[in-house]
Amino acid sequence: MFPPVLVLAAVAVGIVPGAAILASARWPYRSPAAAILLWQALGLSWGLAAVGALAGLGAVPGRYGVAGGALSGASRALRDAAVGFGAGAVGAAARLAVLAASAALLALLCWVLVAASATVIVARRRHRALLSLLAHGDPKVPGALVVDHPVAAAYCVPGLRSQIVISAGTLNLLDQAELAAVLAHERAHVRARHDLVLLPFCALTRAFPRARLVRRARATVALLVEMLADDQALRQRPARELATALLRVGASGAGQAPSGALAAADDEMVARVTRLLTPQAHLSVPTQVLICSAAAVLVAVPVTLLLFSP
Amino acid sequence: MNRLGELERAIMDVLWDSTEPLTVRQVGLRLANRDLAHTTVMTVLDRLAKKGFARRQRDGRAWRYQAAADREAYVTELMLHALDQTGDRSAALASFARRVSDSEAQVLRSALESLGEIPRD
Repeated sequence: MFPPVLVLAAVAVGIVPGAAILASARWPYRSPAAAILLWQALGLSWGLAAVGALAGLGAVPGRYGVAGGALSGASRALRDAAVGFGAGAVGAAARLAVLAASAALLALLCWVLVAASATVIVARRRHRALLSLLAHGDPKVPGALVVDHPVAAAYCVPGLRSQIVISAGTLNLLDQAELAAVLAHERAHVRARHDLVLLPFCALTRAFPRARLVRRARATVALLVEMLADDQALRQRPARELATALLRVGASGAGQAPSGALAAADDEMVARVTRLLTPQAHLSVPTQVLICSAAAVLVAVPVTLLLFSP
Repeated sequence: MNRLGELERAIMDVLWDSTEPLTVRQVGLRLANRDLAHTTVMTVLDRLAKKGFARRQRDGRAWRYQAAADREAYVTELMLHALDQTGDRSAALASFARRVSDSEAQVLRSALESLGEIPRD
């Protein structure tokens, strides 16, 4: 049996190329929900394994897994350090250093999640306050708010009381059927709280702003979430209405966004429209079960090692 | 919309439509059809000032209120946020479609034409 710390380190290191492969893969477009679940598992598993591997380096074997071992390790190191100088003190200092690194990583990951949530909550509160002063209803888009602005925009403000917002520009640009398709897409976001799926990845980009892989992961999950909402909209509306709505809104007022954001937006829009106009079969049920099992194993391995392994 | 939100909106409309700062009494008079108590108008104006939407200044014994920015400025702020011009898609809002580059917009338009649709913009 491999020592837990080696397994945890292998999981943390192995997830990096795994995520790169998943970000380039095209099969997720065929079953976005399964792929999103796998992404969540990858993110969670990486965090647990990275924190656990560092903790494992400073742990002493015990009954309560790596987490318990790390606590015993910390108390033993503090005792050794208190006794005096010499070889024992150096070992104790090294042990304390890796345990501190582990605690710092855990604190960082928790902190960015809190900070990202807080940013989102503040931004939405301000947005809602402005909407309540400026937006109005319109019989063309029942249940949605309309903002009088000529640029085409359609979005939702997720939350306990989610709101769907359509600009006057969009009302002019789209016909009634296309508007219904847009509303169906946005209602899917609101109903399933897709924003919560994306939040951990926004938090990770805060923790590692320079890591290209993290940004890619976030962009990929964001695209998969859009595809998921597209699929939900297709249950009520024909694909063509959704596709022409996407094409019209995407093409309108081009060149207004900064160039850095555009390359990614181009690829996303093409991927979504292509997917709508030339649909591919969803992955088979056994394949989806396999993906979900892989996601479960990914999370179960570090959790088991942290809590139960000797 | 709840009653308070609806009142805030009506009072902001009064402030936006006025060219000069207004006292609580003046605001109440312009909403005379609503038959609002003086204290109600004062409370709502106070809330709007706390939220930063209204500014107040002392004029003798009374306060005069005006909108902190005009309506268009707030609409612009709303739309900038919605269109995510920072290029960093935040999780705060979920947009239906992202704006594309000029060259790609051309591709999207020809895609529409090949579907037998006419680009409308």
